[in-house]
Amino acid sequence: MELTKDEEKSLNGEHGEALQIAYRILSATGEATDAEKLVPIHWAHVSGVNYNTIGDAGEEFLATISKDAKFRVRTTVNPMGYDKDSVEKFDLDENFIQKQESIRESYKKMGAIPSFSCIPYEIYDMPREGTQVSFAESNAAIYANSIGKLKTNKESAFSALASAITGKSPYSDLRKDDSPTMSIAMKVSEPNELTFGLLGYFAGKVADKSVAISGVKNMDKRCNKSMCASMGTSGSCGKFVLDDNSNASEKVDFDEKELQKVYDELNTAESGDMITLGSPQLGLEEMTDLATMLKGRAFKKRCLIFCPRAIQEQARSLGYAGQLESAGCELMSDCCTCLTPLVTKKDVDSVTTNSIKGAYYLKNSNGLDVNLKSLSDIVRDETS
Amino acid sequence: MTKKTIVKGSVTGKVLKSSQPINFLGTIDKKTGSITDQKHNLSGKSIKGSILLFPHGIGSSVGAYTIYSLKSNNVAPLAMACQKIDLTVASGCALANIPLFVLSSNEYDSIKDGDEISLG
Repeated sequence: MELTKDEEKSLNGEHGEALQIAYRILSATGEATDAEKLVPIHWAHVSGVNYNTIGDAGEEFLATISKDAKFRVRTTVNPMGYDKDSVEKFDLDENFIQKQESIRESYKKMGAIPSFSCIPYEIYDMPREGTQVSFAESNAAIYANSIGKLKTNKESAFSALASAITGKSPYSDLRKDDSPTMSIAMKVSEPNELTFGLLGYFAGKVADKSVAISGVKNMDKRCNKSMCASMGTSGSCGKFVLDDNSNASEKVDFDEKELQKVYDELNTAESGDMITLGSPQLGLEEMTDLATMLKGRAFKKRCLIFCPRAIQEQARSLGYAGQLESAGCELMSDCCTCLTPLVTKKDVDSVTTNSIKGAYYLKNSNGLDVNLKSLSDIVRDETS
Repeated sequence: MTKKTIVKGSVTGKVLKSSQPINFLGTIDKKTGSITDQKHNLSGKSIKGSILLFPHGIGSSVGAYTIYSLKSNNVAPLAMACQKIDLTVASGCALANIPLFVLSSNEYDSIKDGDEISLG
């Protein structure tokens, strides 16, 4: 990769340690993806905010780099480990809270917008089509490319952080050429968001960087988010397009048999001890939908709903937050189902959710069994 | 022949070869280096001190922090080698200074689990 004289100086440490680290990361990712140059990016979304996922080494790294790093572009951040409004209801030790607050402080020092959300695309206005951004958080990267028509690679926590610090990213992969090399024929009828989640998980496993999906006319926001999240979990694919006439060289089917296979891999319980909704976090549309579905009903079990703080505030002023709470939901901001330290083996053995991404991490990271159901089935079975 | 060097270094050690891709977040214990995903073909094995061969990384972008943590906790592999590089593995190894190589398919296929090899 060709660097400008100024970039070269930064890589050699002439502009300080933070920029040197950032350029070291970009050089490696540029080399890995055969990039010829770095291009400006206009928005970075970084992951690596939850102490539960980055641990002591991550906390220390951020404390050090934030001493002289400053974000050069608009930078939003992923969820952290808890909602400070309700943290006392959960069994988190003081060390966790102290380390999490240190991480929050480090990002603030570098100039991050305290979004604590994995759905920045539902909180902020999207830039115009074709804008180069740098999104870690796999569901957001796939959503930005596929629905938002923006340009990002499926960035890592460090490559997006390096982009935030330098305002640049290697010009390669999906930034340059995003034509699908595989087309998947969707053969499952009457799909809901769970079906699209299972399709996304399958697609992530079989596709390379970009995939075409045929046989799907339209998808609502819940289905889109579900598919983006599960695709990001199982593979390295960073974009999908709905296209019945793709000229992709490889073609595969997603039928009832494949659907069942993925479902059996991820569904490990007949029922859940509690319910979690929101991985990715719920947006306003999903909150209002759910409030409508729950009219006159209430959950029979504990139900946690994860959403961004900005969305919770909107939902509250519109009256939907109150309706959801009346139906027994607990609203949580700044954190997410995925990699949450708040739902553990100490309290429950199993969780019901409609999120494929949530199911994967609840099982692998939290060691919990998961009962997968669509939102409408959850409302039907778990409320009265 | 090594196809490409992403993070420089020269190592000699024993190969731990995975037939499946690796999601570094949520499937590896960053304190011990053990693979915790029960469905993974390396389930229960430790990647500490190995030359870790795997097809490529998948999943979460935060896996890069796991790679960095493995190094900080002294349980990282000596080096990693893949068939295809993804940004999570490349950036994690770059920051942690773990040598990282892309191998040609011939070379990748010829190296077996347990082999003693040198890279870099």
